[in-house]
Amino acid sequence: MMKQISLMPDEQYQRLQQRNNAEVKNLWDILDEVKDPEVPVLSIWDLGILRDIERDGSSVVVTITPTYSGCPAMDTISSDVKAELNKAGYQEVVIKTKLSPAWSSEWMSPQGRKNLREYGIAPPEDADLCEEGLTPEAHAQCPHCNSRNTRRISEFGSTACKALFQCNDCSEPFDYFKKI
Amino acid sequence: MSDAIKAATLEYATRLGDDAVVLGHRISEWVSYGPFLEEDIAYANVSLDYVGRARMFYTYAAELADDGRTEDDFAYMRSDRDYRNLLLLEMPRGDFAYSQVRQLLADVYYSLVLPELAKSKDERLAAVAAKAVKETKYHVRRSRDWVHRLGDGTEESHKRTQKAVDQLWGYTHEMFDMDETEQLLADNGIGVDVSKLRDQWHKEVSAILTEATITVPEDSWAVRGGRTGYHTENLGHMLTQMQIVHRSHPGCQW
Repeated sequence: MMKQISLMPDEQYQRLQQRNNAEVKNLWDILDEVKDPEVPVLSIWDLGILRDIERDGSSVVVTITPTYSGCPAMDTISSDVKAELNKAGYQEVVIKTKLSPAWSSEWMSPQGRKNLREYGIAPPEDADLCEEGLTPEAHAQCPHCNSRNTRRISEFGSTACKALFQCNDCSEPFDYFKKI
Repeated sequence: MSDAIKAATLEYATRLGDDAVVLGHRISEWVSYGPFLEEDIAYANVSLDYVGRARMFYTYAAELADDGRTEDDFAYMRSDRDYRNLLLLEMPRGDFAYSQVRQLLADVYYSLVLPELAKSKDERLAAVAAKAVKETKYHVRRSRDWVHRLGDGTEESHKRTQKAVDQLWGYTHEMFDMDETEQLLADNGIGVDVSKLRDQWHKEVSAILTEATITVPEDSWAVRGGRTGYHTENLGHMLTQMQIVHRSHPGCQW
C-alpha cells in the first residue's frame, strides 16, 4: 500500500490553480505587495481575501472579500490595491467586493500561516477546535515557545479575526487567528 | 423582481439593517467601560460585526431604493419614527448583566434566523446572512458563557441576571411577529418566517437560563411596535448621539 501523503486543502489548491492559470499573472504578483494593515506580514493573497483579478478593456477589476462583516481594514486595503496598481502603470482600477462564498480561514496560504507564526500570531491550525468547531479554551500552541500549555483569555482579540491567549510556560500573551 | 417584491425587499433589508446598527451601536457603548480590557475589546469586535452587517443591508437597501441615497443616509438621516428595529435591541445598555442577557436573547435569535436567511432566493440577502452565520456562532458562545457565569456566579450577579431576564422578556415576543411585508417575502422564499422559530428559540434560551440557575419567566406581558416605528424613548436618545456628527457636517466623508 502506498502511504497517504498529505495534500493541500482543496480550497487552497483551487486558489493556486486560479492564480497559476490567470491571464494576468503579473497582476497577482504585483498585488503580493499589498498587506493587511492590521497584520503586515500577510499579503491579501496570503490572507485569502484577494478573490480575482481581471482585465476589462483598459481597466483592471480586482475582487476582494472581507474576512468579517465589519472588518475596518477593507477601505485601506482597497486604496492600497489601487495605489499599488497605479504605481505599476495601471491607472484605471475598479475594486469589487464579493460576499459569497463567505471568506474562510481555510483560504489562507501556507506561506501566510508560516509568516503569522513567526510574527507571533498562532495560525488557525495551531489549536484543536472544541466540539462546536470554535476556538478551544486552552492549548493553542504558543508562537513564542511552542508550548501547548496555554489558556484562552478572551474570545475576541485585537481584531475580530483573532482570539487572545496566554502561555502558562513563558507567560507571554499572544493572538490566535480564529478558524472561521 | 416585481414592484411589490422589490418594495418589500427594500423594507426588509432596511429592518435588518436597523436591527444590526441599533444593537451594534448599543454594545459599542461598552467600549472603555468593560469590566476588564479583554472584555472591552471583545465587545468592540462584536459591535463591529453588527455594524458591518448593517452596512451590507443598508447598501443593498440603497441600491433597491435607487433614489440617490447611500448607506449613510439610511443610518444617519432617518429619525426614530422611521427606524424599524426590534425594541429589545434599543433598550439601554444597563449594567453588564443586562447587556449580556439582551445579547444572549438576540444572539440565539440570529443563530436561528440567519441560517434560514442564507437560503433566501435573494442572493444578496443570502450572501450577507451566510457571512454573518459564521460570526454569530462566536457571539452566541460568548453571551452564553457570560450568562452562565453571571447567573451561576455570586449572589449579586445572580440577582442582577435574573432581574435583567425579567425586565427584557416582554420585549422578546415581537421578534417572532410577522406582518404583510414579511409574509409576502416568506411566501416567495426571500424572507424568513420568524414565527416558526419561536419554539426552538424558547427551548435553547430556556436551557441556557436553567443551566445558569435563572428562572425562565412566564409570558405575562409583551411590548410591540419596533417594526411599525413606535419606539421606546431610548432609541431617540441613542440616535441623537449616533447621528450628531453626520448631521452637523452634511456630506462630509472620511
